[in-house]
Amino acid sequence: MSSRRSRSRQSGGSRITEDQINDLVTRLQQLLPELRNRRSDKVSSAKVLQETCNYIRSLHREVEDLSERLSELLATTDTAQAALIRGLLMQ
Amino acid sequence: MNNPKLLSLNSTTSLISRFTRGFIQALIRINKQRPVTSSSPREMYIRHRRIKSAADKSMALAVRSRRNWSRAVLARFRKKRRRHVLVRRITTCAMKKRGLENKKSGHKEASHGQANELRRLVPGGEAMDLCSLLEETAHYLKCLNTQVQVMRCVADSYSTI
Repeated sequence: MSSRRSRSRQSGGSRITEDQINDLVTRLQQLLPELRNRRSDKVSSAKVLQETCNYIRSLHREVEDLSERLSELLATTDTAQAALIRGLLMQ
Repeated sequence: MNNPKLLSLNSTTSLISRFTRGFIQALIRINKQRPVTSSSPREMYIRHRRIKSAADKSMALAVRSRRNWSRAVLARFRKKRRRHVLVRRITTCAMKKRGLENKKSGHKEASHGQANELRRLVPGGEAMDLCSLLEETAHYLKCLNTQVQVMRCVADSYSTI
């Protein structure tokens, strides 16, 4: 089953044009703080992909750190439950 | 969540509120189950892992199954074990084929390595063609940003009690 699925993807994949890829890479570039303000023709797509990987990794790290921080906060705050419920009502 | 930066993003406001609600509800559940010795390193670590999982799951649930990456995350949570083996089998197969295909068309040889790196970072990325990988990455990045912002807001509102 898996081989049939990959085959259909492969044939779909060959129809992708260079322009489509470039558009998507440019869109991706707009999301990167490091490269957002640079002209898209000045940055290679390899560079954009590399920066994207770095950015995703840094965001993953931040989620890890924040989870750890929240875990500590839950341990120290007795009123945590009340605060959480308040947060829920506020939004 | 009275952060003006969050509210200014009108199009993603409903995603933000769905994620926030889900995540806070998960935190309440996690907090309810805390034992008396909740500050031992082991308990802290277990809770840290559970909060991380809750953050990821809430984000995927907020996106629902409209995206490949969120479907991949949800599937991972549903069948953690079985899925692990299956994904590895499929991806090694798909990656071998993709390698051949890319060499044939001579397409973006330089970014080939980076694309594969990206595939490992975006959930479900291993099974995507380049086009959907890039689209999914853009969406995933926005969601990760939202996740970080909301988690920071929750942590900050805690610290100021």
